[in-house]
Amino acid sequence: MAGRGLTRRELLAAFLGAPFALAACGQREAAPPLPEGEVVGASDGIGHLIRDGLRPEPETWERAGVVIVGGGVAGLAAAWRFLHAGFEDFVLLELEAAPGGTARSGEEHGVVPYPWGAHYLPAPMKENRALVTLLDELGVLEGSDAAGEPVVAEQFICRDPEERVYYRGRWYEGLYLHAGANDEDARQLQLFNAEVDRWAAWRDKQGRRAFAIPVSLCSDDAEVTALDRLSMGEWMRARGFTSERLRWLVDYGCRDDYGLGVEQASAWAGLFYFASRMKAPGAESQPLITWPEGNGRLVRHLYEKARSHVRLGLAVADVRTVVDESRRVGTPAAGGVEVVAVGRDGRGALGFRAEHVVFAAPQFLTKYLLKSYREGACPSHVAEFEYGAWMVANLFLSARPRAGLGFPAAWDNVLYESPSLGYVTATHQRGLERGPTVFTYYYPLTEPNPRDARARLLSAGRDEWAEVALSDLQRAHRDIRTLTRRLDVMRWGHAMIRPRVGFQWGGARVKARQPFGPVHFAHTDLSGVPLFEEAFDHGLRAAEEILAARGLPSETMR
Amino acid sequence: MNRTPILFLNVLVIATCGLVYELLAGTLASYVLGDSVTQFSLIIGIYLSALGVGSWLSRFVERELARRFVDVELAVAVVGGASAPLLFLSFAHLSYFHVVLYALVFFIGVLVGLEIPLLMRIMKDHLDFKELVARVLAFDYAGALIASLLFPIFLVPKLGLVRTSLLFGFLNAGVGLWATWLMRPIIGGGVTRLRAQACVVLALLAVAFVKADALTSLAEDAMFADDIVYTKTTHYQRIVVTRNRAGFQLFLNGNLQFSSADEYRYHEALVHPALALAAEGGREVRRVLVLGGGDGLALREILKYPSVREVVLVDLDPDMTELSRRFPPLARLNQNSFEDPRVRVVNEDAMIWLERDEPPFDAAIVDFPDPNSFALGKLYTTRFYRLLKERLAPEAAVSVQSTSPLFARNSYWCIVRTLEAAGFQVRPYYTAVPSFGVWGFALARRTPFEVPAHAPQVALKFLDDASLPAMFMLSADLGPVPVEVNRLDNQSLVRYYEAEWRRYE
Ligand SMILES: Cc1cc2nc3c(=O)[nH]c(=O)nc-3n(C[C@H](O)[C@H](O)[C@H](O)COP(=O)(O)OP(=O)(O)OC[C@H]3O[C@@H](n4cnc5c(N)ncnc54)[C@H](O)[C@@H]3O)c2cc1C
Repeated sequence: MAGRGLTRRELLAAFLGAPFALAACGQREAAPPLPEGEVVGASDGIGHLIRDGLRPEPETWERAGVVIVGGGVAGLAAAWRFLHAGFEDFVLLELEAAPGGTARSGEEHGVVPYPWGAHYLPAPMKENRALVTLLDELGVLEGSDAAGEPVVAEQFICRDPEERVYYRGRWYEGLYLHAGANDEDARQLQLFNAEVDRWAAWRDKQGRRAFAIPVSLCSDDAEVTALDRLSMGEWMRARGFTSERLRWLVDYGCRDDYGLGVEQASAWAGLFYFASRMKAPGAESQPLITWPEGNGRLVRHLYEKARSHVRLGLAVADVRTVVDESRRVGTPAAGGVEVVAVGRDGRGALGFRAEHVVFAAPQFLTKYLLKSYREGACPSHVAEFEYGAWMVANLFLSARPRAGLGFPAAWDNVLYESPSLGYVTATHQRGLERGPTVFTYYYPLTEPNPRDARARLLSAGRDEWAEVALSDLQRAHRDIRTLTRRLDVMRWGHAMIRPRVGFQWGGARVKARQPFGPVHFAHTDLSGVPLFEEAFDHGLRAAEEILAARGLPSETMR
Repeated sequence: MNRTPILFLNVLVIATCGLVYELLAGTLASYVLGDSVTQFSLIIGIYLSALGVGSWLSRFVERELARRFVDVELAVAVVGGASAPLLFLSFAHLSYFHVVLYALVFFIGVLVGLEIPLLMRIMKDHLDFKELVARVLAFDYAGALIASLLFPIFLVPKLGLVRTSLLFGFLNAGVGLWATWLMRPIIGGGVTRLRAQACVVLALLAVAFVKADALTSLAEDAMFADDIVYTKTTHYQRIVVTRNRAGFQLFLNGNLQFSSADEYRYHEALVHPALALAAEGGREVRRVLVLGGGDGLALREILKYPSVREVVLVDLDPDMTELSRRFPPLARLNQNSFEDPRVRVVNEDAMIWLERDEPPFDAAIVDFPDPNSFALGKLYTTRFYRLLKERLAPEAAVSVQSTSPLFARNSYWCIVRTLEAAGFQVRPYYTAVPSFGVWGFALARRTPFEVPAHAPQVALKFLDDASLPAMFMLSADLGPVPVEVNRLDNQSLVRYYEAEWRRYE
């Protein structure tokens, strides 16, 4: 490998483990040629300029009732909520050239569109009214069943087979590796499921579930919050869950949802993954809703609704609350706020004078973007928000890999012995079983210190990441290199909030959710877990807070 | 030169090879073009006359007899050896098939016709004429006997046509190479070059023998009881046509789709109840949809109705519909239904095609392979049947091939229940198709209905007023069993099917 001074073996050792690198490289050091492709994002250039102090003074000013900062799911949800209330006096500013944030998708080069991040949404339960409304708008629901639970139309539920796992030369159905499990493994799995069932059934005195979506519906009873003070790994050991396969399953779950290993994620987060999507004990998990482009489909819908209010390619560089009382003529209680945005090249500053802001970018950005925070008043809770780094690669294949031994291709294809999460097949939900396809390969970087994770993420360029992805997938698909005609890479530096031990109930989330003057916060990180439902809920909450403050109360949709 | 006795062995081999090529051509011709009497007599006629031409041409060979003999051997080896693979490949371009076939037979005949006269002239100095003629002809005819015995007993069943042809090419080339030693004294210079040529031919044929898998694999030859006459691996499936005394058979991915001997039972049962139901109350059945059914046999049945104006056939695999249009035995069997101007063929995934807007159909025939993979299982889901429902006129009738209610009872009832869950009224029925066994279908319509009491007024071999209603009387061992409905997100049917057919493997 030419780039960055690493040999291929060193690169593979650093990203896929030393034993793997030895086996993959053998005697031969020369790397096979790579398909074309590029790093497509996320745009960190402008982010770093702002972090390092770019604060231009705009020449032109516009006014708007509300400025939404960030066009991810939370920001778009706020816009959606405003429109439902008939409130149109807002603009949404998004740094990237496309909306959606970490739920965005692509369609260039592929036979079908494909995700760059979030790729599924578990079917909501009836309590999640707003989400049910959204899905109904999209035509995803077919009414409700006898119990009033929404029924998702068949074609939007992830098609069977959903997942398979590759272990030593063979694919197996499902995620739990049943093959070769002994009686003790089976016993522990059963006990673990019983434990999850117990939590799914658990209710506090007010009748709240221990684990619910959105998180705002979860109980804060001491028995539940105690789970936040130990890691999932510690929790498992304390209960005698020592089975290697069970541990793998739980570790995979934590890496898949949070980008954290089982020793880093809190037991609260670990159990949340399993218990929050279960209606009742013993029930199947809620079915997954998906599209070829993953949650990009939801983004498109939200974006289409709000399109005329959305300004893409504008990075917010400064948000300053106006204390000058004289400017507040005729506006409600809170003072006004000025938002300054720049183009992605750092030029063309544009100012917005507004009464309110929905801050729908991640919390860590407040210390750079909010003038008051920047100038010394940054509350301590901001530093509590830690974000993991992820690499996502899309592989454009000219044809399907040859069928390997064992279970046939599924939607989610996982490699048991890999630090990656395997890949999702974009054509699966479209029902195209043959011909060209797109594989979306996920690799979370789980270093304990997020800064180390980010450093490793950025240390590898397109070619290095392509080499890692191809070498990793090659163990299951020998022909992957010849079939991949293009491979693009997304490096998410601040991909998602890390629900590490102590974060969920440590208090930071609650504090960060309080409005700062006219600035209302909305982002999935405020829930401590990175989920569409959470981002959506925070968007609605922030919008409803503002509607109320503006004297436009409407019945809550949440 | 006292090697003459061994030279007679050459005669034997040469004669065997010659007849094997002739048999190969005759067999392939009758497979592909049908009508074996005509084909065999034509091939024999052409071949024998070509032998005569070859013998006559031998008089123009005046010098270097031995060298020419080796040349001829190598030529026969190449042309004869490659004959079966060449003919197989030319199936794909069937319009040339006749030309290739007859030209090949003639050419081989001429070359073989050259062999014996040359050999006799080479040997004439060492034997008196009486001895020579007697021995050469005796070995020649003995070779013919060997070939005619080996061919049906050992060669075709064990090696298949392609490998047989290559093997005998190899023998011919071997004779050529061997002759360079036997006739060393009379060849003169340049033996090495001659031997090198022979070795190249041998190597080429050996490689082809190994690579013959691309055409038919040994495993496949062993798997099918009958002779394989056509194979092709398309983007979507492996198509194999076999042939036996009763007729020929089509296999997709190793699963029998029909046998020409009894397919009429299957296709009449599949098509006519639905068309009779659709025509009930004097309704005109004008537009009919066929999903799957790339063999064109359901088409043949549908086209019997004069009221039908348009038939849309949606089959994933263009190679399959092309084969049915152009492969003479198949085209004959489906009565050239693909040439009928009322037929429109769409090569697309049926499920994706159904999502498109189309004017409503009066009847639909659903004839997919059995649900033995997830890709096929989706074509039997509630989602699929709901999409289908949207493409139908309110009173349209549908029939669905539904695997065997006897061997795969859960699968059968799963299909029935899935149709019901998608909003159809369903009447299960079955019939016996000897090459399949007891076979099941489902007749469906949106609104409640009675089973048609009369067979339709078209030419039928199997159905009549008695047998049509009788198909709907299920015996006790075929009755309902509790099953799940097949959905895209559970693929229950594929799992039932797997479990049930595994018992028979
Ligand atoms: C690889 C990956 C896989 C995931 N998979 C799933 C999944 O399958 N299911 C699921 O539910 N969730 C998944 N998630 C979590 C996903 O992040 C959330 O579901 C949700 O999309 C988060 O939305 P958000 O609006 O809160 O945040 P973000 O997506 O972070 O949106 C913030 C937006 O603000 C913009 N922004 C930032 N700074 C500025 C600025 N200065 N000016 C203007 N705009 C700015 C960003 O560009 C971005 O568009 C995944 C995340 C990742 C990274």
